[in-house]
Order: sequence, then C-alpha cells, then structure tokens
Amino acid sequence: MSKANLLDRRRVVSALLANRKDVVAIGGLGASTNDITAAGDHARNFYLWGGMGGAAMIGLGLALAQPKVPVLVITGDGEMLMGMGSLATIGLQKPSNLSIVVLDNEVYGETGGQTSHTSAAADLVGVARACGIKDSQSISTMAEVEAFAKAVHDVSAGPRFANVKIDSANVERILPSRDGTYIVNRIRGDLGFQPI
Amino acid sequence: MHARADADTAPESSTLWPDEIFATLQRFNVRQVPYVPDAGHSKLIQRVLASPTMRGIPLTTEEEGVALLAGAWTGGQRGVLLMQSSGVGNCINMLSLIPILRFPFLTLVTMRGEWGEFNPWQVPMGSTTQGVFELSGVKVLRASNAAEVPAVLEAAAAQAYNALTPTAVLLSQRLIGAKVFTK
Repeated sequence: MSKANLLDRRRVVSALLANRKDVVAIGGLGASTNDITAAGDHARNFYLWGGMGGAAMIGLGLALAQPKVPVLVITGDGEMLMGMGSLATIGLQKPSNLSIVVLDNEVYGETGGQTSHTSAAADLVGVARACGIKDSQSISTMAEVEAFAKAVHDVSAGPRFANVKIDSANVERILPSRDGTYIVNRIRGDLGFQPI
Repeated sequence: MHARADADTAPESSTLWPDEIFATLQRFNVRQVPYVPDAGHSKLIQRVLASPTMRGIPLTTEEEGVALLAGAWTGGQRGVLLMQSSGVGNCINMLSLIPILRFPFLTLVTMRGEWGEFNPWQVPMGSTTQGVFELSGVKVLRASNAAEVPAVLEAAAAQAYNALTPTAVLLSQRLIGAKVFTK
C-alpha cells in the first residue's frame, strides 16, 4: 500500500550514498540493509542480518575508533525502537562523525506489516533530541535528504539524527552477503587493518 | 546506605586487584570500555575514566556494549565490557554477533547471588550467569580471590585478543565482598 507524499526508501538511500566517498554505512536488520545493497555493494557497507537494536551502537563503536571517517547508520523504526537507549549513550558520547537515519514506515515490514510505535505515539526525533543529539530532524522531502547526505561528510559537527517518513510498500528484496566475518574483515581491510 | 564486608584476603591485595586489571587492559591496548556500573567495578571505572588512552562509555543496558565492541573492532580498536551478573541476561541475543562477526570479546563480570548474598532477587541470574555464557559460546574463567586476578586477567585478555576466543571473567562475590545493607 502506498500513501501520498511519503518518500521512496530506495530513492532516499540512493541519495544518501550517491556521493559517499569514505563513508562507512551500517544497515540495520530488516529492509534497511537491503536498501544499502540496492544502492550498490561496497567494501565499507556493514550489513546486519541479526542483532536487532544494535545498529546504532555498532555505529558508535566504529565512529569512536575512526574519528575522521564519516559513519552513517541507516536503520528502520522497529530496529531503532529496540535500541532506543543507545540514543542516550550516543547523546552522552557525542561522536562528531556519526549520523543516524531512521527509515520510518511505521510498520514491522519484514514480519507482516504490524504497526510500530511510531505510527501513533513515539516520536524518535524528540527522543534523539532529548537524549542530547541536538541536530535531530524530521525529513519529508528529497531536498532535505540530499542536504543531510552532504552534512554526513562533516565529521566535526555531529552527531546528527534524521527520521525520514517513507512509504511502507514492500520493495524487491536485494540481498547482501550473509557472511558477517567477511563483511567485517572487508571493512577493516579497506580501513587499512591486517588480519590477526 | 550500604557498606561492603571485607573480602577474606589480605587488605592490601584485596584493594589492589582493580589496579592490576587496569594495568593488564592497558598493556593489551584496550581503548573502548563500555560499562553498566557496579559497585565492584567502581575503582576500575574510575581508573578508566581518568585514563588518556581508554574511553569509558556508560551504557543504558549491557547489550549495547556487545554491539559497541563489534563496531570498535571493525574500526580497529579493542574493547572490554564491564558489567555485573544481572546484566549478562540482557546481552543474550546480542552475543550472537560474536561468532558471526568474529571480533575479540572480553567481558569482566562482577558476581552477585553466589556468596553470602543478602538480596534474593540477585540469586536467579547470578546462578545462571556461567551457563548463559557457555551456551552462548563464551568461555568462562573465574577469579575467586585477589591473588588469582592478575593471572586470570592475563590469560583471558591473551585468548580474547590473540586467539579471538570470546571470554568472560567472573569476578566472584567472594573476591568483591558481599554487599551489606544497613538501616
């Protein structure tokens, strides 16, 4: 089902990663990780197939370890809700190179489209801001997405958070690698680290 | 208010073990130290927060720390997760990241509910802590007194960081001293 005036998730993620340069992109469990794949496989893509609620914290650990590298977490509303406390942890650490985008379709799309808390009550932008992430915004236009994509490269002005209301239509599944060790070691290799 | 009963070891060694843990972590170049506070970890946490090379990262729940360490390793840094036994249950699903992503995992767990415990609510999780780790693929080492701490820490850090063997060190309640509640 499509509603009017909601953004298309694939267009949003393509725009976020169109000129990615050295960005490390982390896709949360669910359709977000497929969206990152659809935008093009990349050595700096971190695909999650599990660990629900952990995407933002993986982003924090990476951002603190690599303060000059822009780290972009792209996840869904259900995954972010499960790790909502991590917004408080990030708000306290304030990693200036970390950006978080929630693709908010207000449903658990992978499990049958059950409504999520953001459909009626939970305001993730309000939560992020109240947790100390001052640069927190709600996005509803592609122009705002493109402006955010540019801001991601400023590693001195984060952390930043954006909630993008997207269409809940299911799109074609484009699946990335499911081999977590390969995914991690590929990113490490691209950052210049040797195997142990 | 509460106080801590003295551990059954010599006063000097019973107070030095957190410094010995800190020194070992420093030697292994540990950089990120996520934690949910516990009284038994308070001295170590103070040392971490005062360190110029380590970053202490307070969590809202322990599972955040597992995911954080995965990200830290992907970015080239080692970490260690500090928590108490009740927090181990909070981590269970996130522990699945460890064999899947294969990053070095070391956690130091202060035990409750196993030695002169006052609070019955600590006993169920304290009793299953070791089993939860073992079922989740994390090797368990234990330090029961202050004299054991340096060797146990050394072994745990070595196998976690050199051999990517996920390892939990249980710091026994006997070592830490049972929490005593007073009116």
